[in-house]
Amino acid sequence: MKTVKVYGPGCKRCETTEQMVRETAARLGLEVEVEKVTDARSIAMAGVMSTPGISVDGKLVHAGGLPDAVRLEAWLSA
Amino acid sequence: MSAETQAPDRRGLPDWAWYAGLPVAALAWWLAYGQLVPFSEWVVSLLPVDRHSHTGEALAFFVYDVPKVLLLLTLIVFVTGVLRSWFSPEKTRAILAGRRQIWGYPLAATLGVMTPFCSCSSVPLFIGFVSAGIPLGVTFSFLIAGPMVGPVGLGLLYGLVGWQVATLYLVFGFTIATVAGWVLGRMRLERFLQDWVRELTAAPVGDLPQERLGMVDRLKIGLDQVREIVGRVWIWVVVGISIGALIHGYVPEAVMLRIMGGEAWWSVPAAVVVGVPMYTNAAGVIPIVEALLGKGAALGTVLAFMMSVIALSLPEMIILKQVLTLRLIAIFVAVVSLGILATGFLFNAIV
Repeated sequence: MKTVKVYGPGCKRCETTEQMVRETAARLGLEVEVEKVTDARSIAMAGVMSTPGISVDGKLVHAGGLPDAVRLEAWLSA
Repeated sequence: MSAETQAPDRRGLPDWAWYAGLPVAALAWWLAYGQLVPFSEWVVSLLPVDRHSHTGEALAFFVYDVPKVLLLLTLIVFVTGVLRSWFSPEKTRAILAGRRQIWGYPLAATLGVMTPFCSCSSVPLFIGFVSAGIPLGVTFSFLIAGPMVGPVGLGLLYGLVGWQVATLYLVFGFTIATVAGWVLGRMRLERFLQDWVRELTAAPVGDLPQERLGMVDRLKIGLDQVREIVGRVWIWVVVGISIGALIHGYVPEAVMLRIMGGEAWWSVPAAVVVGVPMYTNAAGVIPIVEALLGKGAALGTVLAFMMSVIALSLPEMIILKQVLTLRLIAIFVAVVSLGILATGFLFNAIV
């Protein structure tokens, strides 16, 4: 099972991103654990400079803006 | 609303539809923009008010400005969104890292204008910069320039007030960002960072794989920005224009000249004192600027007001409190305010 972290202080885009991750995983029938990281310090420590950021199994794959739907599928199913 | 509108349609349109839609949208925009005056006069003529009464003037201002500002805002945000897709905080950091020479400051100010970032991520960005060895002063130049000379403010100033004022604003906003960053850098303020930030010797550098973007991806980003920003900011626009309309319709010029005229030297510091705690978007304050200038307020005073509203805001300070001590925030606000004051006095003296 993959662990996906969504980094963001709680702006609208961050919530949308989290929702996209959950929906995409459900649609692909993948079991993922989604964790939201909202603390600015932890966000910074993960190397994310623009939010929302996404990491999959500890590897940062995206930062800044909503993720592209096609790429998101690829990250989750890789 | 975001969930339904965002996810499914992103892959839908074929590329040619984007390329065909762009000129169509541009034409529609241009036609609508050309009809602003007839439209507003027509709307006001339908209302049971005398066009030349105070109320008529205020209504005409409102009905003319709301569609105008929204059209301009849409265009500016779209173009900016597309252009900024070539920049990212990660690239900017790589460019600025280790720039200790004097021209790091103007470079940071320029990148501050071009780099996409929202104030909600200014803390991670700040840490990302400082931990990569970008000097504190250079980081400040970047952070001041972003909001101060943002494209939305400049574009609306150009559209609503004129290119002369927009250019002056650009030059002086940029100068303040550069000089204030340099001054702050010279003051050796690293000791006033919050403890945990100082202890971060080298934070992990996100080794983000560059996502390759095609032109259509960039257009999508622009459109996404329009949805996000115009959807969030329109309420500030309406509030700002309402205030502008009241000023335009009801405030007598004699009163304006006494309060914000060139003779009243104290009006510049007063404008800064009033402006700093005020929080609105650039799109909300420029209609007020337009109305103030139209009534004869002095340019320096109005510029000082606008700069302090846009560049220094209380919510931003509260966010930065996580990384900066109160003392450093106070120094930061003081230095930027001094730059704004100097700009205000200079303009009132020479114009």
